[in-house]
Amino acid sequence: MSDPATQQQTHSGSQTILQAIGLTKVYGEGPSAVHALRGVDLTLGRGELVVLLGPSGSGKSTLLNILGGLDTATGGQVILDGIDLGKMDIAALTRYRRDRVGFVFQFYNLIASLTAEENVALVTEIARDPLSPNDALKIVGLGPRAHHFPAELSGGEQQRVAIARAIAKRPELLLCDEPTGALDSETGVIVLEAIKTVNREVGSSTVLITHNAAIADMADRVISMRDGQIADEYTNKTRVAPRDINW
Amino acid sequence: MHPLNRKLLRDLLRLRGQVFAVALVVASGVALLVMSLSTLTSLQATTDAYYERYSFAEVFAGVRRAPMRLTDRIARIPGVQTVETRISALTTVEIASMSEPVMAHLLSVPDDREPLLNRFALLTGRSPLADRDDEAVLHAPFAQAHGLVPGDSIRVLLNGTQRKVRVVGIALSPEFVYAIAPGGLMPDDRRYGIVWMGRETLAAAYDMQGAFNDVTLSLLRDVDPKPVITDLDDLLEDHGGSGAIARADQISNWFLMNEFDQLRTMATILPGIFLSVAAFLTNAILARIITVERREIALMKAFGYTDLQVGWHYTMLALAMTAVGVLLGWGAGAALGRYNTEIYTQFFRFPFLFYRPSGTEFALSAIVAFGAGLLGAIGAVRQVLRLVPAQAMRPPAPERFREVALPHAVVEALDSPTRIILRHIIRNPLRAGVTVVGVALSVAVLVMAMQWNDAIYLLVRNHFQQSQHQDMVVGFRGTRADSARHALLSLPGVLAVEPMRLVAADITNGRTRHRGGLTALPEDSRLQLIHDVRGWKVPVPTGGVVLGRLLAEKLDVKPGDTVEVEILERDHRRFELTVAGIHETWIAMPAYVSLAQLNRLLGDPPSFEYASLLVDAADEGPLYDALRALPGLATVTVKHNAIQTMFETIGETILIFSGFFVLFSSALAYGVVYNAARVALSERGRELATLRVLGFTRAEVSYILIGETALLVMIALPLGCLAGYGLVAIIVQAFETELFRLPFVIPPTAFGKAVLVIIIASAVSAAVVRRRLDRLDLISVLKTRE
Repeated sequence: MSDPATQQQTHSGSQTILQAIGLTKVYGEGPSAVHALRGVDLTLGRGELVVLLGPSGSGKSTLLNILGGLDTATGGQVILDGIDLGKMDIAALTRYRRDRVGFVFQFYNLIASLTAEENVALVTEIARDPLSPNDALKIVGLGPRAHHFPAELSGGEQQRVAIARAIAKRPELLLCDEPTGALDSETGVIVLEAIKTVNREVGSSTVLITHNAAIADMADRVISMRDGQIADEYTNKTRVAPRDINW
Repeated sequence: MHPLNRKLLRDLLRLRGQVFAVALVVASGVALLVMSLSTLTSLQATTDAYYERYSFAEVFAGVRRAPMRLTDRIARIPGVQTVETRISALTTVEIASMSEPVMAHLLSVPDDREPLLNRFALLTGRSPLADRDDEAVLHAPFAQAHGLVPGDSIRVLLNGTQRKVRVVGIALSPEFVYAIAPGGLMPDDRRYGIVWMGRETLAAAYDMQGAFNDVTLSLLRDVDPKPVITDLDDLLEDHGGSGAIARADQISNWFLMNEFDQLRTMATILPGIFLSVAAFLTNAILARIITVERREIALMKAFGYTDLQVGWHYTMLALAMTAVGVLLGWGAGAALGRYNTEIYTQFFRFPFLFYRPSGTEFALSAIVAFGAGLLGAIGAVRQVLRLVPAQAMRPPAPERFREVALPHAVVEALDSPTRIILRHIIRNPLRAGVTVVGVALSVAVLVMAMQWNDAIYLLVRNHFQQSQHQDMVVGFRGTRADSARHALLSLPGVLAVEPMRLVAADITNGRTRHRGGLTALPEDSRLQLIHDVRGWKVPVPTGGVVLGRLLAEKLDVKPGDTVEVEILERDHRRFELTVAGIHETWIAMPAYVSLAQLNRLLGDPPSFEYASLLVDAADEGPLYDALRALPGLATVTVKHNAIQTMFETIGETILIFSGFFVLFSSALAYGVVYNAARVALSERGRELATLRVLGFTRAEVSYILIGETALLVMIALPLGCLAGYGLVAIIVQAFETELFRLPFVIPPTAFGKAVLVIIIASAVSAAVVRRRLDRLDLISVLKTRE
């Protein structure tokens, strides 16, 4: 799988893992059609941490869903390791998510009937080369809370379990949609620290959606979206540690 | 329309799958109730009208030969309203289409007037004319079975003399609503019929001029038949009275009343099962809706709706679901009731039939169903009342789970999806319990329905094959000397002959008297056996009597005790017999003695009235011809014909009824499983969508959703078999009668079939819910809080 596209270098200098070319997404038809994406080109480097900024309705979540194989684009291509996601059927997309993508949601979406460790094991049981659930929990600093049920954990802790669950499969792509959206700033920092650690230790390419522009400082690269298009894009010279972010 | 009512309608439409599932269970219960009760009321109304219009008698007695002058004395018994005497005889008739002799019950009708009691209802033709001795009216089922119409002829054996008789009328009679041959179990219209002929004709043939051998009475209003029977027995004793019986013991009426009892039992037990499950389902659905709509509820309360208004809104939802079921159930119940009533008329013959549901069954079923719906709603609606608006606006606290109460090693060995399944079941044991109980009950109902067929098959097989090894039983008018056996043995094709006697008798212990009979068999009997249904042969006692279990219980005697016997024939001999043994039997309440002993006790030389024959099938034709020529022959019963008829008749009916119950039980299982899976999907849709996002395949996610329900069904299946065992025990007990008991035997196939049907019904409903998994919105999960 050595498509020339995948060999090129990204802005931050790492090897490209994912490339989106001319992505469009239209919901509905005719005059009532909503253009959620209007031609987005994007590359993502291996191990790169990209923050996606933008107001509601700017298309960031739609983009994330398409990159994660949850939705298909109306036009354009998403190529990961030389494979076109648009050509995959439902089973192949499931396989793609299962093997290569980790998701972190705004509202954690833990399975209430499983302990922290078991929530992680849920994924490791079906992954190809996973971390052990305990190691994954240690990365996010939750080793001692492994046997607690979600109802016994704080919001920040729940989100860190969600992160551990997402990275335990050593995903090539970690997609986080407003991971701190439901948290206070103190807890948010802890969660962002966890994401950063994971990005460093597991080496997953990470896309993080947020409303909060301050968070952009922790990224390698920042992409701003507006009206379904990339409005601005820049690379941070230095990455700021989450605890030093000014909320 | 009030916005809340509009919401109600939309909710019903939105929840149509679940509404339909609950409605289906309610409808099954209501339909069963309406069907049983409307059949019962219709048959009862029909029976009452029939008995009334055609003056069905209230006391019946047979006598050897009583002079007509006794009639006045009988009429003077206190409480007697009408006395009608007759001549009655069992004989055989020749019908062109039948090679074998056909058994007939001859009854006289007055020559110059209508009978006072037990008038027949002429369907076509007329009564025999006074001056014609060759005219007869035939019982309609018998005539129809042979295609006989007025104008046709049959040959009737009148006390040993063949006479060609012209059919002049076809009729039904309240006395023979259920026309069953002596010793038979089911009507066999081809081989047993009633033939009415003029009194003079029969009197001449049977030497009954100025005499009678059968008397029936009607009584004044509200008169207890018991003292009348005692007085009548006293009057008839010197003339060979064979013991009077009340209408309640008259065989046709007995079967009819027994059927009514069974319908009543059905109307009590089964709808109860369905409607209580419906109540639990309603509760589960409503509880879930209320959890999902807690914000709406808070909003309504915040707007100023009272608790009562909001509570009523949800109660209405429950009642509306029930109402759909009630309406469906009424329709199905009325249709099934009519159908059922018509099926009954194949066995119970009426000249007219009122399918007239009184309306009470509809009202009653609605009251019971809505009662169950309300009961189901109350628990759930209490949640609504407890919700404080401000608190309800916040999302519900996360569900609390505990470690599965299983050994740690077992939990470790399980994969996560299985752990999810187990923890959900343990977290909500009540709801899991309802699913298990609901499915188990549907299995139980089905086991019961499936068991009928096998039970009756077993009963017939036992009666005809285990205890009766003869091919044919012939009966004579009066006793035959022992030497007559040789005459029988010399008939073509007869391989073995075994004599037998059946005498009417009262068997008494203390104050308990049983009016029945003694069956006398040779001590080395091989063709007719005393067979214990538990699988062994009981030897014919050389002295004493072997009783059927039910008779022993009725008389409260055990082996070694003594019973008093009064023979209801000739000089009414009385003697005591020691109970030599007790055996289990499903049919009648037999009392067996040895033939030699009975002859001795009656002061008779070795003699018999019946004979079992073992016959070479190849010679059946010539044998029938020879039997026709045999003097004094009254009855011929061919065993394989009797079995075949029983299986045909029973098979068809049972198939129809099993069909009903397969439908009803499947509806129950479908409703329970659908709702369990649907509620689980509603509760866990978000988790399942999350798992899909995480890369779980549809099959894996289905496993979690359906696995829980499947596990509950798995638990329910053996429990259902157990419950089925219990239900059969209850039904067997409820249907235990002096004439027959359903064997309490459930063959493995009954369990197998029931389990299979319920697995299919459960799988179908799970598949319907499973389809919804494909429509899970994976994207919304990422964004929304529950």
